[in-house]
Amino acid sequence: MVNLPPVVAPKPRVPRGAGPSTQLWGASRLVYGALIASGLLSLFPIYWMFVVATRSSDSMGQMPPPLTPGGNLGANIARLFGNTDAYFLTGLINSAIVATSVTVSVVFFSSLAGFAFAKLRFKGSSALLLVIIATMMVPTQLGVIPLYMLMTDLNWNDRLPAVIVPALVTGFGVFMMRQYAAQAVSTELIEAARVDGCSTFRVFWSVVTPALRPAAAVLGLLTFMTTWNDFLWPYAVLNDPTNPTVQLSLRALSDGYYQDMSQVFTGTAIATLPLLLVFVVFGRQIIGGIMEGAVKA
Amino acid sequence: MSLHVDVGAPRRGSHSKPRPAAGRGPGPADRRPRGRFSRFDLKYSPYFYIAPFFLLFAVFGAYPLGYTLWVSLHDWDLLGDEQAFVGLANYRALMADSDFWNSVVNTLGIFVISTVPQLLLALWLANLLNRQLRARTLFRMGVLIPNITSTAAVAIVFSQLFSREFGLINWTLDLVGVDAIDWKANRLASWVAISTMVDWRWTGYNALIFLAAMQAIPRDLYESAAIDGARPIRQFWSITVPLLKPTIIFAVIISTIGGLQLFTEPRLFNSGPNPIRGGPLRESQTMTMYMFENAFAPNYNFGYGSAVAWMLFALIVVIALVNVVIIRRLGNSARGGQ
Repeated sequence: MVNLPPVVAPKPRVPRGAGPSTQLWGASRLVYGALIASGLLSLFPIYWMFVVATRSSDSMGQMPPPLTPGGNLGANIARLFGNTDAYFLTGLINSAIVATSVTVSVVFFSSLAGFAFAKLRFKGSSALLLVIIATMMVPTQLGVIPLYMLMTDLNWNDRLPAVIVPALVTGFGVFMMRQYAAQAVSTELIEAARVDGCSTFRVFWSVVTPALRPAAAVLGLLTFMTTWNDFLWPYAVLNDPTNPTVQLSLRALSDGYYQDMSQVFTGTAIATLPLLLVFVVFGRQIIGGIMEGAVKA
Repeated sequence: MSLHVDVGAPRRGSHSKPRPAAGRGPGPADRRPRGRFSRFDLKYSPYFYIAPFFLLFAVFGAYPLGYTLWVSLHDWDLLGDEQAFVGLANYRALMADSDFWNSVVNTLGIFVISTVPQLLLALWLANLLNRQLRARTLFRMGVLIPNITSTAAVAIVFSQLFSREFGLINWTLDLVGVDAIDWKANRLASWVAISTMVDWRWTGYNALIFLAAMQAIPRDLYESAAIDGARPIRQFWSITVPLLKPTIIFAVIISTIGGLQLFTEPRLFNSGPNPIRGGPLRESQTMTMYMFENAFAPNYNFGYGSAVAWMLFALIVVIALVNVVIIRRLGNSARGGQ
């Protein structure tokens, strides 16, 4: 499922800086307790994934299952990368290629289109923007069968362009950048650059992109994570087991008749690690992006 | 590239001016006369800037979805050369196909038992987060972290947690004296297990969406309600929830679109032979899984699979509309003298 920020009817914005004072209620111990419990529930499956990744495979047959890390991580990693059914290393490299190229492209094209919708006057712009918002609601996943046929015609089956090209720009990205550009890019500055004889693209490149940088960063992070995690479409179109994305490698690992759980979990842990790192470093921006998208419209 | 900038609305005031990159402003020396290029540029460049999205969406989004309808009216499989037009035959066959109806029931069942608790929990969590908290960002990160993990990885981990012999869940149940549950082979149990994964992933995300909307509610509403003697619980149901209605409707629509297309979690919850069937007796096969089973391996019947896709599309539209109507009604009856 794609992360979409809600499009909400315009509301009077609370002036920023009113920050915490808009929160009316203090937090009792009970509130803190409930929040800590929620946090632990959120973290536990991830923690346990890493625990199993450091255990030997026969420890999974114990009751109770182990809850503390062991010392088997190295051996598990060696088995995982040596597993000839999963092509895990290829999967990691493929996912890195796909997620990076999709992210760069989505950020660039969304900034360009978002800038056009926010700051340029052209016929039909508001109708076209509505179309973009509507596309966010369309379950395009359901077109997966003709899309598969299309890839067969293009001879892209089992090849990375099949998962990269359809994702090069998204309605969500355009909409998000448009929302941000509308209030972060100064019209006077654009006018001034125009008077100086800048072409539209020059205005975009020299004046607009610096102002869009914070939103571009958030869009980039969200796009990278979504693309890295994507399963359904790669599963449909990359049928060659020797050329998977990392998520498809995980499927190959977990579908095996003989399930070596500690190896499977080592795979899931490694596949999750980049996302966790991104989240630890940029969590504040990601949360800001999600919440900003929720209120602004 | 420094990313440590708060993505918020820039404050009105001196900070809002973006700094143009130093030394980029062209001086008067290279000022061009406004010629034909410039007029063309002003008039047409916006269309070039938005074209990539519309082109890609047309080719890879709208066209395949529309063409699915066309394919569904044909006897269209990978092996045959002739794609005979068969009208509604695929749909007629679907109506009589018990495996199809089984997938509809599973999809709706999982959808209901995942979405309802998820949105209620999200409201409750958002209400907890909407206070003066220490370590605010940390708590917000705590509830969001499930949403950023890999769906496939999580499905595999939960699948193990719910395993019959060695699963942590059954072990915990055993501690409190409940017999082991066969999560994979019992229909309702498999629905609960899959819903748990969905809820774990999406509750925190929805909570942040609700929290953002809550923070936009003017504070004086609460103050006057408090003066009128409304307790916090009453304030929550009479002020917060009604004012959150547009956001709640949106969250419901998005959950409907996503939830009815559920695929990755149930697909990876099942392993072994024919996992696309969703269990030995198709206990947890969703409609998208059924579409895959028919359209791709093992059947490669594109026509039949496309018919499933369009039935699912119709179902999404219907359920989304029904939900909106229900919430509108609820909201109107809950609104106390506003």
